[in-house]
Amino acid sequence: MSRQQTHKLAVVVLTAVAAIVVIPIILVILYVVWQGLPMLSWAFLTEPPRNGMTEGGIMPALLGTIILTFGTAIVSFPLSIATAIYLAEYAGDNRLTRWIRMAIVNLAGIPSIVYGLFGLGMFVLFLGFGTSIIAGSLTLGIMTMPVVISTAEEAILAVPQQFRTVSLSLGASRWQTIRYQVLPHALPGIITGIILGLGRAAGETAPILFTVAAFYLPELPRSIFDQTMALPYHLYVIATQVPGMPLQIQYGVALVLLLIVLSFTLVATLVRTQMRRRREW
Amino acid sequence: MAAANQPLDASIPPDEIAERRWGELIIEGVIRVAGISSIVIIALIFLFLLREGLPAFLDIPLRQLFGTRWYPIEEMFGLLPLLVGSLIVTVGAVAISLPLGLTTAIYLGEIAPPWLREILKPIIEVLAGIPSIVLGFLGWIALAPLIQNLGAPTGLTAFTGSLILAYMSLPTIISIAEDALYAVPKEYRDGALAIGATQWQAIWRVVLPAARPGLMIAVMLGIGRAIGETMAVMMVTGNAANIPSLGSGIFFQPVRTMTATIAAEMGEVAQGSLHYSTLFAIGIVLFLISFAINALAGRLVGVEGLRRSRGGML
Repeated sequence: MSRQQTHKLAVVVLTAVAAIVVIPIILVILYVVWQGLPMLSWAFLTEPPRNGMTEGGIMPALLGTIILTFGTAIVSFPLSIATAIYLAEYAGDNRLTRWIRMAIVNLAGIPSIVYGLFGLGMFVLFLGFGTSIIAGSLTLGIMTMPVVISTAEEAILAVPQQFRTVSLSLGASRWQTIRYQVLPHALPGIITGIILGLGRAAGETAPILFTVAAFYLPELPRSIFDQTMALPYHLYVIATQVPGMPLQIQYGVALVLLLIVLSFTLVATLVRTQMRRRREW
Repeated sequence: MAAANQPLDASIPPDEIAERRWGELIIEGVIRVAGISSIVIIALIFLFLLREGLPAFLDIPLRQLFGTRWYPIEEMFGLLPLLVGSLIVTVGAVAISLPLGLTTAIYLGEIAPPWLREILKPIIEVLAGIPSIVLGFLGWIALAPLIQNLGAPTGLTAFTGSLILAYMSLPTIISIAEDALYAVPKEYRDGALAIGATQWQAIWRVVLPAARPGLMIAVMLGIGRAIGETMAVMMVTGNAANIPSLGSGIFFQPVRTMTATIAAEMGEVAQGSLHYSTLFAIGIVLFLISFAINALAGRLVGVEGLRRSRGGML
């Protein structure tokens, strides 16, 4: 086989493999949409499950996921963004900084079920929150920190150095420079990180298994110390734990969860593109 | 920068300047404290895993802990079947995702026309966003029956788990590998082409070797992703805590992974029991594995490179 033929063969093989990767992704999404779409209705979203969850809607689970996503945001963002500001603007090139970076990289690698164990050990049992929204939000919030920190830091570092120099030379203090010059320009990037983190939290099951998720709870939570249903766990329950569950409902739940999570990804992508287009430097 | 603290605007009364400076000191203090929060959190995670899991290491004889029988009801806590289960599923996943992922990265980075790239990359990003429970659900309801039809006694096998895990780790592998290829200077390619190499020869002989450290990171983080995955694996691997018999059928038997064991059994155990601490002990093992993978990867490219890779994986 000549070199040119080898090259042509290589291109064919590479293209075929890329197709093997991409086509199943499209098929999976189309399949879920196809199977779940007939189920999607206002009633499905707003009614509680009935008759051992084999009828009715998914309102408590949907609401639970929304509440948990907000809880995650409240826990994760102040801490993550402060960390990102510290790393980008204050941290020196020293051992402490290297330790912090190592800690973040390792946090990103810890399996989600281990976060669940940690949440159970610390928030549910040690701090006595019980299986509750607050325990789940803390667990999910901590789990999303690495994503938010690294995206936010990248966004802050992307603001040109001259912005800082000019602001400081006009007499602004370091914090004023960060607050009024750096952060506004880094905001779209920071928001992208936040949305990505939230999307991940909304779809996670393992960290909420022992910290907040309820098998079946028709009434809504009344305080942050109550349990709640959540969509990912609800899908697990109706798919594997409830015999005689109509397939339609299972696909419906899968579709709603998929739509929620993908809309987070979509919004993040849009914000990022918008940011790149509008960048003035 | 210290001189910058003196505001030029003389119209602001001195009191207010002092107040502002105090406010800034507090904010900067908070930011510095937040800076070390990640170290504190990772220490807390390890501490609480140890607190709940240590009794298992102390109270169960090591011989039993590394034994081959996991029968919690009879107080048999041998972790070996679970370790082997995780290993088989992960090896299978890597065997599928590695060739697919690296090849796709090469295709996207070197061969695909720009317009196609712009379409394919977001699709792969979408895959990264699909919740593992949704993929597990599809594996359980659609893929497992398909595999059973191929002639396996059951569709819930290590292979089913590997296949789903492979696709779940593809976005990680592709995105990091593509960054590694992108980082190879264009001059290398030009040089190879200029001395008469075909494009494929340039890729195979020049670009890939130059990108090797980055490609290895892609593999390692892909492995990390596969070992730690819980829900999808729990739904499709059959959850049998036996050590599969060796042979060609090894991938087509039901297995139970470490992650699935924690998820499936934690809900039923009494807090403080030996079974309960053993589940935390499995958590410690998983924690240490993820640490080891990071340490190894960090050795290859340094923390900075690893951070970049982790960032690129989002």
